[in-house]
Amino acid sequence: MHEDENAYESLSVAHGGEERWAFGTGFDDPLAGVDAAIIDGVDPAALGRECVALGDDALLVSQRLAAWCSNAPELEDEVALANIALDLLGQARLLLTRAARADPGLRPPDAPAHIPAEDALVYFRDASAFRNVCLAELDDAGDFATAIARLLLFVTWRLAVMGGLTASADPVLAAIAAKGVTELTYHREYAAGWTVRLGDGTDYSRGRMQAALDRVWPYVDELFAAADVRAEFDDILAQVLAAATLTRPSPVAALGAGRRGEHTGALAPLLEDLQSVARADPAATW
Amino acid sequence: MVSTLSRSGGHMVSTLSDARAVAEEVTDPELPMLTLHDLGVLRGVRVEGERVVVDITPTYSGCPAMAEMRADLITRLRAAGYRDVDVRTALSPPWTTDDITARGRRLLAEHGIVPPGPAPRRAPGPVPLSLGRTAPAVSCPQCGSAGTELVSQFGATSCKALYRCTTCREPFEQVKAH
Repeated sequence: MHEDENAYESLSVAHGGEERWAFGTGFDDPLAGVDAAIIDGVDPAALGRECVALGDDALLVSQRLAAWCSNAPELEDEVALANIALDLLGQARLLLTRAARADPGLRPPDAPAHIPAEDALVYFRDASAFRNVCLAELDDAGDFATAIARLLLFVTWRLAVMGGLTASADPVLAAIAAKGVTELTYHREYAAGWTVRLGDGTDYSRGRMQAALDRVWPYVDELFAAADVRAEFDDILAQVLAAATLTRPSPVAALGAGRRGEHTGALAPLLEDLQSVARADPAATW
Repeated sequence: MVSTLSRSGGHMVSTLSDARAVAEEVTDPELPMLTLHDLGVLRGVRVEGERVVVDITPTYSGCPAMAEMRADLITRLRAAGYRDVDVRTALSPPWTTDDITARGRRLLAEHGIVPPGPAPRRAPGPVPLSLGRTAPAVSCPQCGSAGTELVSQFGATSCKALYRCTTCREPFEQVKAH
């Protein structure tokens, strides 16, 4: 067969090698050429822990959003949710790569030697080694209002956290945060827009949105254990809930402690799916 | 800096300006009417000894085109005779649509894609919530009507928003201010 008649052949010929079998494959180091030095006064182990935690948050919300592909109420929303998932995956890759550069001891010892640190961290840690907040791992069970409620609370909190980290003492984390702020601003507008549309919609849609908010609310308190951004979170949320005619749920003591590795039952099945291919064939490359 | 590099063909002729010219011709995989220079992701080209070093910056954190851009730059520079090419990521300052050149904006418009308005200027402190109140007016690139509506801030690629024209009924895209 002529190479032009075979899509695989023409791609790999045009792009020089088997790892480039489709657009976006042949992943390379997202921090290639970025100065990895740790400046004086920064504790590499603490920086690594912080980057893993923020990277795990983004990774798992991204994975949950990806499940909406082909399941969202409108085609435009599938595209929007996939785009948000892609932004968060990009943030996760940068953060996990930074974490392993700062503290190479974070790399799981039983990960295959040929895979990059970001993949080693994603595919070869068990649930108890993940440091994401429990809000990130919750199963929305295909309920769109729940997906939106989680996204609203998560990105409102994350935007506040990343806004603060643009002044991080680590220049790489500060740069990752600065990119993230612009992206998260769009994500927050999207989630807020749907919260208002459903909350300020029909009695039925309002009831579903309020129920969803009540469902995810027990995982809010945990967000503020590490980052003191409660005032910004409360202010933004008050604006959205007022426009959406929704009621702020009563305070609930934190249910999870994901930053300490204490997770809900939703994490292990999510990871089982996410890690299945890498663990079934540890020699695989992509 | 200008230096002489050995080309694989054997002549000793090449200069930094030649390498820069080659890099500046490489196009974006997702907006192929634009070069990486037009898009503002090509941050610099320099020569270090025998090596050509190219700095590129990602548009979005998850931009899947980064690997393509890197591969395309290496392929084109190698084809031009530069054997040692290093493409590096520059994260700071973050890319903004203000980095798109005037030529890039004109080419987008010629291809029916509305160029971005000025990127939002952010004051220090918390980012304010807009709840859709600040969506700028966009004219239809097909019929010129000002009667358009935003369908989604997230289009076929991360960098584009999707609109529809209420006059000619056609959908169109805009590179959103970022």
